[in-house]
Amino acid sequence: MTVTEKKTADQQAPAEEPKIVATNVKVSYGGRDALHGIDLEIVARKVTALIGPSGCGKTTFLRCINRMNDLIPVAEVTGSITLDGNNIYAPEVDVEVLRRHVGMVFQKPNPFPKSIYDNVAYGPRIHGLASNKQELDKIVEKSLRRAGLWDEVSDRLEAPGTGLSGGQQQRLCIARAIAIEPAVILMDEPCSALDPIATAKIEELIHELKERYTIVIVTHSMQQAARVSDYTAFFHLGDLVEKGETEALFTNPKDERTEAYISGRIG
Amino acid sequence: MTKEHIVKAYDEELAELDQMVSDMVAAVREQISQSVVNISKYEKGGLQKSIDFDETIDDMQVDIDNHATRMLALRQPVAADLRKIVVSFRISNDLERIGDYAKNVAKRLDVLVDMDLPEEAGFSITRMGRMVNRMLDDALKAYLNGDKQLALDVIEADENVDHAHTAFFREVMTYMMEDAKYITACTHFMFITKNIERMGDHVTNMAEQVYYVVTGEHIKEGRVNKDKSINVSAEL
Repeated sequence: MTVTEKKTADQQAPAEEPKIVATNVKVSYGGRDALHGIDLEIVARKVTALIGPSGCGKTTFLRCINRMNDLIPVAEVTGSITLDGNNIYAPEVDVEVLRRHVGMVFQKPNPFPKSIYDNVAYGPRIHGLASNKQELDKIVEKSLRRAGLWDEVSDRLEAPGTGLSGGQQQRLCIARAIAIEPAVILMDEPCSALDPIATAKIEELIHELKERYTIVIVTHSMQQAARVSDYTAFFHLGDLVEKGETEALFTNPKDERTEAYISGRIG
Repeated sequence: MTKEHIVKAYDEELAELDQMVSDMVAAVREQISQSVVNISKYEKGGLQKSIDFDETIDDMQVDIDNHATRMLALRQPVAADLRKIVVSFRISNDLERIGDYAKNVAKRLDVLVDMDLPEEAGFSITRMGRMVNRMLDDALKAYLNGDKQLALDVIEADENVDHAHTAFFREVMTYMMEDAKYITACTHFMFITKNIERMGDHVTNMAEQVYYVVTGEHIKEGRVNKDKSINVSAEL
């Protein structure tokens, strides 16, 4: 009798070219370690979900990818993260330019207190991506369409973004993020403040967006990770415990801690 | 995975699933005991009892399927929990088939009970029935304890049932050659042992499913069936 050599999660290393490569990334806040040396490759134009209990370091890791931790004075980041082979922590890197390529969507929708149009046009304006009004109009429409919001707001582009529903606001934030044509979109629990229908719309949108963008999503919902992601990485107490194809990780996890967490045995 | 779920009701439902599978295995073993193992004590009219009992077994399968469906819908199981719940559909199906075979045996016994029989034939059938019942018991233990090795042992034990079937095939041929009056009865016997051999195959399926639950890996298809009765020929 032979046993089929079904690959376990860890062995199914992404075959595709990695967009982002994190090597031995360590983060400490005021001397307290939050991440203990993370090695992770993020595949281009795929969705990678970061899961784990609260305080496991998943959001800390996400924030390293566009150097958001730079904003915290006590945070110290070591190791390397490359985007298309270039170290984003190299001294010559302009963080503003980096963040143009690595957009972010937050837990709570945070539209600017401006019109729907201006919310989306803001990024292209400050980065000088449009040379005239027509071009800017095009970018705004394209971004809202890609974010699945155009049909709902096209007749009231001058209305304030903050007047939209929560789910619409979150899609507006996604439109704002993609208006500057980033390569990577980071999402930090983008659906945690939304109802199930709005959540489903965002999840469908994530599925469509991955054709163009590399997406990294932090989520507390394991079902959401299972639904939307191609790859999943499980963080626990500052360590990357297991990473692999989502399907393998959810049907046959290799590490006991992963199994315990995803099946609801440890929180 | 011994740790308990944070949600206690989830653990209770999984425990209930185990209990339902245990009960169904016990019922199927009882069915096999009534018809196959205790063949020498079989009494006319046993068929109706067997038919009634088969209905109970069918109901048990429906109950397991409903329970497992409910857990899929409400708990969104993953990993080992998911494997166990998905596999319970297949195990209950295999058990139901075994129950059917046992009922088929009872149908033939109801006819055989009025016939002249070669006395020794019953011993071989009893022995095969015991083999299958032991396999069932072990498969259940492997399922309940997550015992991968025991599941593999069960799969291996099926070879003995296959060999016993081949041997019995030769045996009944000699009875038929010795005395033509045994031909009708012996033909029934051949079907009976074929049914028992098929029961063994379904227990093997169950053991393969248990192996998958425990390891997350499938045993490669292509297990060799050691039933060689097809090659047996009578030389007159």
